[in-house]
Amino acid sequence: MPTYGKGLRGLSILTLVTISAALILVFFYAPLDANQGFIQKIFYIHVPLAIVSLCGFVFGGLLAVMHLRTGDRRYDMRSYVAIHMALIFGVAALISGSIWAKASWGHWWVWDDPTLVSYLIVVLMFATYTPFRFSIEDPERQARYASVFAILGGAFVPLNFVAVRAAQGLVHPRVLTVSGGNLPGPMALTFLISILGIALLYVTLWKYEMAAKNARIQLRALRRRVLGDEDISPLQRTAAPSL
Amino acid sequence: MSVFAIAPALPLHSAGKYVAGAYIVFVVVILVYVMIMAVRLSRTERALVELGRDIARRDEGEPETLAAAAAGPGAGERPPELDREPAPAGRPGDTPL
Repeated sequence: MPTYGKGLRGLSILTLVTISAALILVFFYAPLDANQGFIQKIFYIHVPLAIVSLCGFVFGGLLAVMHLRTGDRRYDMRSYVAIHMALIFGVAALISGSIWAKASWGHWWVWDDPTLVSYLIVVLMFATYTPFRFSIEDPERQARYASVFAILGGAFVPLNFVAVRAAQGLVHPRVLTVSGGNLPGPMALTFLISILGIALLYVTLWKYEMAAKNARIQLRALRRRVLGDEDISPLQRTAAPSL
Repeated sequence: MSVFAIAPALPLHSAGKYVAGAYIVFVVVILVYVMIMAVRLSRTERALVELGRDIARRDEGEPETLAAAAAGPGAGERPPELDREPAPAGRPGDTPL
């Protein structure tokens, strides 16, 4: 069985240093935006959270492909944790975006913008992933169906991105473009460090949760080996994968 | 022109609370997650302690089981291996011949 705690300490320190550096750059280095002023500082947390969460959904889909290809249930576990973490980041992106919308547009939410609504659809779709898992009792079937769900959801993310780009009448600004974006140097650097920090945080928390789940699974296996099957209470119905 | 582009910049005193709010949301989400993980970790730790206790109880129960097994077929008789003198401790490097 792999150990997910390996390198976690170094990764945690690197994450902490990168996020601290990003916060220092956001508040002491990046210039104020000419139109938005100080409120634009939300950009450095909202956009990385949204991008990393979308990448997390795709990552979950790719791990689900590996699960279906190999039949190894550990990939299902990895996919589950990847989607779970991406969902947490997605909710944080939605809340921070809502606060920014209220400050900028005077509304907590705007329903006629494709970027906002499509992102909400993606998050809500993946919010049904855990209840979907819970609805299937047989662990083998649960893992298989959840992988199909994760693959379809993961494929929906880039399709959705392209569809939104093709849509007209955007209220939400386009920051990143094929030509490299419209950010001046100091802002671009701050944004890059912020996105690196949030991506590292995602990886750290993914590894952290995998290590915790792995420890619980190994503990249960050890208990079964020492005490025998009859002394172990059967697993209750759960949405989390069981190996 | 988009609403975003024509929106005037908020003065610092009113923008500050929104910026603080957004960053606090991020910190709170992380803290809630760490709290949930801490609860799970303490549950795992409890299970580990319980397993240690179960193993200790099982190890203590083993000599009793041996004695009960010995008393079974010929009650009252001590099993010959219990009457035997303990073997002298061998010197390091001794090999059984």
